[in-house]
Amino acid sequence: MSKLKLATVWLDGCSGCHMSFLDLDEKILELAALIDLVYSPLVDAREYPDMVDIALVEGAVASEADLEKIRKVRAHTKTLVAMGDCAVTGNVPAMRNPIGVEAIMKRAYIENATTQQQLPTLGLPKLLPIVQPIHQYVKVDVFLPGCPPSAQTFHAALTALIAGTPLDIPALTRFGA
Amino acid sequence: MSPDSDVKTLTIDEREVSARAGQTVLDVARENEIPIPTLCHLEGLSDVGACRLCLVEIAGSPKLLPACVTTVQEGMQITTDSERLRKHRRTILEMLFAERNHVCSVCVANNHCELQSMAQSMGLTHIRLPYRNAAYDVDASHIRFTVDHNRCILCQRCIRVCAEIEGAHVWDIMNRGTNCLVITDLKDDWGASTCTSCGKCVEVCPTGALFNKARVGSPHPKKPEFLPYLNLMRNA
Repeated sequence: MSKLKLATVWLDGCSGCHMSFLDLDEKILELAALIDLVYSPLVDAREYPDMVDIALVEGAVASEADLEKIRKVRAHTKTLVAMGDCAVTGNVPAMRNPIGVEAIMKRAYIENATTQQQLPTLGLPKLLPIVQPIHQYVKVDVFLPGCPPSAQTFHAALTALIAGTPLDIPALTRFGA
Repeated sequence: MSPDSDVKTLTIDEREVSARAGQTVLDVARENEIPIPTLCHLEGLSDVGACRLCLVEIAGSPKLLPACVTTVQEGMQITTDSERLRKHRRTILEMLFAERNHVCSVCVANNHCELQSMAQSMGLTHIRLPYRNAAYDVDASHIRFTVDHNRCILCQRCIRVCAEIEGAHVWDIMNRGTNCLVITDLKDDWGASTCTSCGKCVEVCPTGALFNKARVGSPHPKKPEFLPYLNLMRNA
């Protein structure tokens, strides 16, 4: 049997979900026997591959670049997993929503800046008016809440997804877990 | 209590049960260990039917009825669990999450929240509805307590415990729909209100809407168990 292709994607999140995933420790070796990590902040690949079996997506959709990325991921992925509360609910990144992009940008780049008080115009993707969970833009196959989901949750979920066995998510994790 | 006039027989989920006249469907179901989810109900307080999670089907009624404020009748046939009920309960929960800010990860009540654990027990892994992203006020004027309206699900437990147990009736509710707010006195600052600082409202609040400032940054379990004892002592 050829190995399954796994990707991990980082949108607007703190990377805590990736950290928690790495907390699998030696169980990562078990996993490595079953999967190829084809795209991830943890590996060098720059282009999202043509077809990926399982993608773990961390973070909410906050910018035009996030949106472009999640659409590309969806188009080239069989099973898309919303990994963690930011991907599932918007969580902390979405707390800017009632405040508005303009006020947030002003606070960060002008009011709180001691030098070069100006809004960036180059090199940064444009922020969307509101931060939303992934499933508001693309179809999500598996929702894995938690801030972050624990290493045990990752292990149980990935083992089930790889083997194609049933997965009882509320028994594993919850919002804010 | 004479059995001929005061005992009602009915069925809950096809099980024959007996009840005393005047009991609610929720009471009888719980006596018989038939689970019905609730968020606004609390043993020791009156019932108001605010959260609607306890909706049940009653044969002959096209409407769903809240079990906590529906009294038993002779011959009632009640269903507490069906595809239709699960769908409505799930939608009610999702609307609670979508209405205000319920970001569990940064909430003082994380891991001690009835809304959070209800979502888990109902198998809710995401909210299908778009979030409203509305901003509500936080009143931290009281020396010991804070009300964060962003976390409030309008269960009105605070209002009932203040009026019925403490006897102060400082809490009440204003406005309608998504503008609803629990208020102290006539929307005075909590710290400047006639509050007796007893803290009962904080202990019965199912979420992180009412919290003790001293508990921020540490686990904040709520302890509503005192209510039945207070009632017992009052009736003694």
